[in-house]
Amino acid sequence: MRLHPLDRKLLRDLWHLRGQVLAIGLVIASGVGLLVMSLTSLEALRDTSAAYYERYRFADVFAQVKRAPESLAARIAAIDGVQSVETRVVRSAVLDVRGFDEPVMGQLVSVPENGEPLLNRLALRAGRYPQSGKPDEVVLSEPFALAHGLGPGDHLRAVMNGRWRNLVVVGVALSPEYVYTMGPGALMPDDRRYGVLWMGRETLQAAYDLDGAFNEVSASLLRGTNPERVVDAMDRLLDRYGSRGAYPRADQASHWFLTNEIDQLETMARFLPTVFLAVAAFLTNMVVARLVAVERPEIGLLKAFGYGNAAIGWHYVKFVLVIGTVGTLLGWFFGYWLGLYSTTMYADFYRFPFLLFRPSAGPFLLAAGASVGAALLGAIGAVRRAAALSPAAAMQPPAPPLFRRNRLPLPRRLLERLDQPTRIVLRQTSRWPLRSLVTSMGIAMSVAVLIVSMQWLDAIHRIVDVYFLQAQGQDVTVGLVEARSNAAVRELARMPGVMAVEPMRTVAAKLRFGPRVVRDAVQGVPSHQSLYRVYDAQGTALDLPAEGLVISTVLADRLAVRPGDTITVEVLEGRRPVLEIPVVATFETYIGRPAYIDIEALNRAMHEPPSVTSVHLRVDPMYETRLYRELKQMPQVSAVNLRSAAVTTFNETLAKTMLIYVGFFIVFSATLACGVTYNAARIALAERARELATMRVLGFSRREIEYILIGEIGLLTVVALPLGAGIGWLLARWLVRAFQTELYRVPFVVEPSTFGWAILGGFLATLASVLLVRRRLDRLDLIAVLKTRE
Amino acid sequence: MVMAAPGTQRAVLRARNLGKVYRTGEGEVHALRGVDLDLWAGEMAVLLGPSGSGKSTLLNILGGLDSATSGEAWFEDHDLTRQDDRDLTRYRREHVGFVFQFYNLISSLTAFENVALVTEIATRPMEPGAALRLVGLGERLHHFPAQLSGGEQQRVAIARAIAKQPEVLLCDEPTGALDSQTGVLVLEAIESIHRELGTTTVLITHNAVIADMADRVLVLGDGRIQQERRNPQRRPARELAW
Repeated sequence: MRLHPLDRKLLRDLWHLRGQVLAIGLVIASGVGLLVMSLTSLEALRDTSAAYYERYRFADVFAQVKRAPESLAARIAAIDGVQSVETRVVRSAVLDVRGFDEPVMGQLVSVPENGEPLLNRLALRAGRYPQSGKPDEVVLSEPFALAHGLGPGDHLRAVMNGRWRNLVVVGVALSPEYVYTMGPGALMPDDRRYGVLWMGRETLQAAYDLDGAFNEVSASLLRGTNPERVVDAMDRLLDRYGSRGAYPRADQASHWFLTNEIDQLETMARFLPTVFLAVAAFLTNMVVARLVAVERPEIGLLKAFGYGNAAIGWHYVKFVLVIGTVGTLLGWFFGYWLGLYSTTMYADFYRFPFLLFRPSAGPFLLAAGASVGAALLGAIGAVRRAAALSPAAAMQPPAPPLFRRNRLPLPRRLLERLDQPTRIVLRQTSRWPLRSLVTSMGIAMSVAVLIVSMQWLDAIHRIVDVYFLQAQGQDVTVGLVEARSNAAVRELARMPGVMAVEPMRTVAAKLRFGPRVVRDAVQGVPSHQSLYRVYDAQGTALDLPAEGLVISTVLADRLAVRPGDTITVEVLEGRRPVLEIPVVATFETYIGRPAYIDIEALNRAMHEPPSVTSVHLRVDPMYETRLYRELKQMPQVSAVNLRSAAVTTFNETLAKTMLIYVGFFIVFSATLACGVTYNAARIALAERARELATMRVLGFSRREIEYILIGEIGLLTVVALPLGAGIGWLLARWLVRAFQTELYRVPFVVEPSTFGWAILGGFLATLASVLLVRRRLDRLDLIAVLKTRE
Repeated sequence: MVMAAPGTQRAVLRARNLGKVYRTGEGEVHALRGVDLDLWAGEMAVLLGPSGSGKSTLLNILGGLDSATSGEAWFEDHDLTRQDDRDLTRYRREHVGFVFQFYNLISSLTAFENVALVTEIATRPMEPGAALRLVGLGERLHHFPAQLSGGEQQRVAIARAIAKQPEVLLCDEPTGALDSQTGVLVLEAIESIHRELGTTTVLITHNAVIADMADRVLVLGDGRIQQERRNPQRRPARELAW
């Protein structure tokens, strides 16, 4: 097949400009890759979690009660919209794992003695379900089992209703209910200190005196049923049995975390690829515009021969399409690979038993359309100019650009002292302000991307600093199975190594203001705390007033309340009083959406003797091990959280994912900077080759003409770096808001070192490109200069 | 063939058996075939010949822009054929002024600044304004090339070439891009410079009329000096017409 001469020319042009084509292609590839990665990960996460939930029959509505008769299950099943119901026994227990001194908490969950559960089924990874007649058999959650190296045949002990039981592991499993496994009061999964154990229902019923009864119920709903309606109906049935309120799947802890993560991925998918594709559009414009300018005589000739505007325009469109296609194909490849990698990482982190990475064509087509569209948009002006040239005008050399003196915003005395090469650099830069701006902006954006990504690390440090290190003076927080009198506090105070104690009482409640309701907890703490301090995001410790609620701004926004408003607190436990409590103040916090009240005021409002649900301890490190041993023996203990472990887990968990993403963004940022500067330098060289060669003929050395070429890029870089810092600051600020969830708010903090590293990164990437182009100066054809015209 | 000059003049530029072969994809092009040449201090010489005769190639080698394939080329006692790129750059910087057919001015610099570009790196330069006044452009110092006519641009180029007070001035078709009237103005400027400064001047042209303004005319053809003649009398540039 013989190629049309224009197509042959196209291929030769592409080969001649292959460096620039590749540079732009890589920028496009970054945008496409990011978009494909985000969208395919999103798709995979959604598909995988949906399939997981479907396959293992994850329930739609949940409720915990103190104790309800089994017969209630039928009445729940009769609620309109309910498809199936399953009752369970769920209790927490202290565990003792050989070789691990620290207290380990476990969630004991019942499974039928024979057969699989109806809802919330287990994905068995090893072994089998507990058998009927074997009360000590348990199935462990896989993360917990892996963390302790436990498998079928291994043993551990648990305190069940005050008595130690020896348990034997018969299986290891995953569950859709525990994609995100967090112990009570914990922020992050800590697989070594919290696990889930599935045991025979009769075993648990017997151990906890719940024969013929249940304390947890899940229900699946018919398609199209409004969960809230069923929640209300279940509340009406379960209130008298000590229910803390039914809740839909959307509020189930594990699912909620997963949803938050997916939301953040979506935000990322929107923002970053757009930046790259926008820059790619500008770059393409620069290259095509230059190409058109250089080929004016050829265009004129073609038109003189009878080629129409459409044919000529189409020729340059094809050029752009090739660049766009190169970038898209590269981006598809990187995006697919990164999407798979990222999803595998997520699957690992969230413990999905399988991974559905079957990306649809959608993300790829969207990315292709966006990238080629951006490139075409960028080139459209240049292509139109090419088509619009009249043949005669095109065949004339263009008039030399008109410069102006003293256009530079510099003092006259300084201007007069400039040497000519510097003058050339300054005038070239200022003569085409748009082009200079685009180049500077490209470099600035690469710095901004670095700041935005590294800001996450700064934010994590700040969270750890304020939330864990400043606010939390306690070493251990002991959770109690149920509210206890202050005697529990005194008992803990007497334990070995305990230097200070502080009580806390948490009550589950529905907080209502007008039509808005939030199901959460109210935390009673001493008004002057010494261990577990109430700190706001600015690091200020808050003392609580004697009466009234102090709530986080997130909660205040959810309820649309302001200080001075009175909210209705429907307590979901004990006597279940309905209280009217004024909101005295709001405060900003990074984590959760807490509501605090003075513990004595809470106890008074509950009309009960003073009681506590958890106690904060400060512990002498020398007595830690002894204390843990004793805590394990206490039947009233439901949870033991160690602050040091929480910090480590927080760092490890976030660091793992964060560092990888920061790594990706560093690569993307470098691609952006290199792409922009390489193109700018190549274009500058092409346009100024004649002048630079002339200067070589006049006796300027290579170094001296390098100064002119590199000087322009250098000047634009010097402008771009602080500009990038500013843009990065603004973007980080915007993104921090966009990434806010109810679980945590990312504090907006950018350390000076982050600016430093980002600027250094931008500078190094620019330097690398410039050095690449510099080599071409050696190949300037001095002789050709003498003969050719402009 | 070397013609001895009258008196005891020294040769500023010498070529002995100079050869240049270009290798193209298909074969070889012999641009110069054993050229012998002396250019004397203070003389004005014209290299005359049609396109492809080798005159530009000869100028390029003498100007340190190109390397010879065989033979020798000397500037005073410097063997140009043995010099590396750095040495040739210094040679051009200090000793040679170039005037190109298409002016080759820097578009972002004014007339004054284009001349200053060269005087800033020269060892014993003229003041840029003085050089421009020599070529009759004292009133156009701060104009950019876009604001100057072709003839004016070429005169700026001449001022730029001589502002460093080079020993040699090489002009490659200085009137090639100009009409005859403007071309004469440019030649007058070259003539004036030569008279004032006594610079050894070499002009390449295919226009035989221009040869009349030189002391000596070297006719090139097929890569060789075919003919060499002395003009008994130089014609003033203003009398030339084509």
